Amino acid sequence: MKLQGRVWKYGDNIDTDVIIPARYLVTTDPKALAAHCMEDLDQTFAKEVQPGDIIVGGSNFGCGSSREHAPISIKGAGVSCIIAESFARIFFRNAINIGLPILECPPAARDAQKGDVLSVDLAAGTITNHRTGQTYQASPYPPVVLAIINAGGLVPYARNVLGVQMKG
Amino acid sequence: MGKTLAEKIIAAHAQDTDEVSAGDLVTVKVDVVMANDITAPIAIESFQAMGVSEVFNPDRVMLVPSHFAPNKDIKSAEQTRTLTLFAEEQALTHRFQVGRAGIEHVVLPERGLVLPGDLVVGGDSHTCTYGAVGAFATGMGSTDIAFAMATGTTWLKVPETMKFVYYGERRPWVYGEDLILRTIGEIGVDGALYRSMEFTGPAIHALPMSDRLTMTNMVIEAGGKCGFMPYDEVTEAYVQPRATRPYTPFFADDDAVYHSVYEFDLSEMEPQVACPYSPDNVHPISQIKPEKVDQVFIGSCTNGRFEDLAIVADILQRTGREFHPDVRVMIIPGSQAVYLDALRQGWIELFTLAGAAVSVSTCGPCLGGHMGVLAANEVCVSTSNRNFRGRMGHRDARVYLANPAIATASAILGRLAHPDEL
Repeated sequence: MKLQGRVWKYGDNIDTDVIIPARYLVTTDPKALAAHCMEDLDQTFAKEVQPGDIIVGGSNFGCGSSREHAPISIKGAGVSCIIAESFARIFFRNAINIGLPILECPPAARDAQKGDVLSVDLAAGTITNHRTGQTYQASPYPPVVLAIINAGGLVPYARNVLGVQMKG
Repeated sequence: MGKTLAEKIIAAHAQDTDEVSAGDLVTVKVDVVMANDITAPIAIESFQAMGVSEVFNPDRVMLVPSHFAPNKDIKSAEQTRTLTLFAEEQALTHRFQVGRAGIEHVVLPERGLVLPGDLVVGGDSHTCTYGAVGAFATGMGSTDIAFAMATGTTWLKVPETMKFVYYGERRPWVYGEDLILRTIGEIGVDGALYRSMEFTGPAIHALPMSDRLTMTNMVIEAGGKCGFMPYDEVTEAYVQPRATRPYTPFFADDDAVYHSVYEFDLSEMEPQVACPYSPDNVHPISQIKPEKVDQVFIGSCTNGRFEDLAIVADILQRTGREFHPDVRVMIIPGSQAVYLDALRQGWIELFTLAGAAVSVSTCGPCLGGHMGVLAANEVCVSTSNRNFRGRMGHRDARVYLANPAIATASAILGRLAHPDEL
């Protein structure tokens, strides 16, 4: 799968409380959560984000709480992919589980600037920055993570594992 | 080659192997699956979407309404109702409700539902708390929790382990909170990313269980996957009378392989405070400007246990002081059992007469849910675990994390203070 989008650039240790503050965790609706995504960090994000945009973070992106609402709000905002130097482990699992592409690639994350256009080839794990022309290779996924991604997330993966037929 | 606690407990639960080492990817059986009123609704939705009709074991799935409990509005009431209906439908053995439960990380160890040697996954990042009783316990998101509820298994990458050795005698007013804040200040909020943290040394063996629970609670604040206290007489005295089933403690090998080893001498260590806006922005109390305080919160899964409230009561009784008239003081026992014990000690009256609002057990203000949300530019001293921007309310509110003694002294003097100033 190939993606292309504009960069929203953030720093190190972006925590789930700024991605989606707890005061909004009274719903699980992706669109309702997306309306407040990044609100305490960047009030322009939810208003100006375009479908396909890419979030680029520093190290330990998504640290803090286990709330799956964090990647759900980002996905609900139309973001196609997150690229960071590293991810907090619960956030990483949550994003993979809900089918939000997420790539660890320190040089690509460091070099990207707000507004840059990136192309991402998910199957190859490559990221190209259109401003600089540079192409980067992201860290490969462990086999089990790849299997979940290929299934389309943990729910369809679980259906396969449990041998449950798709209904309807 | 010797093994760490994480390696041993994961190996004992692994499906296809008897021995694991850091870096291995394994499927493991889980002993307990937990979720709360924020994470369970999505977990239940995902569970149903997986096409599963029954949880793997109704004795071992525990859904605890804690974060917005008692329900703060209609939407949170609907979320809690999802838990209640699911627990009924699945005939879960252990039911948790307002008035009879509290914060999951206080309630589950207190009732002997999580035990030494267990492998626990919880839909809450502070699930790592249960490492204080010797369980491998880690937080996960809702869909992972759904998978564990459905299959009784999960996949894990066996973590590397960092070892933290504490020695020397604790000075007065220094608690588990100070040891863990000092540690996070040293290694940073990503210092233990993806890793296990083993706490050990003579000062740890001298530490009461409540302080141990405080320390493992904040492992996630260093990015850790799990944390462990050693199983010793203190653990045994706490666990044995509570255990709801047989258990097997594990011990790290002397020749286990560690990612790194850190040592801390407590003999010179002061109480520590984490300044806004990060749990690793840690300084000794003597180096912190005595800023005016608007609110003090004593409670949470970090410091809402009986021993924590005992510190507050002791200071009030010894000094005969009341709380500062300009400070809102919220004291929230971590469980209804703690509330009842405090009531029997006469502390609820003591706290109320001193000017505090004492409430039913809830996570409440810790995550800015309700029961003490902060306005812009307000300053709060909190015994909880996170002071991220916006965590307890407005993005421009400022939260200092500290132990219950510092919180009490600050509540009395109306500014950040050391109890020796009273």
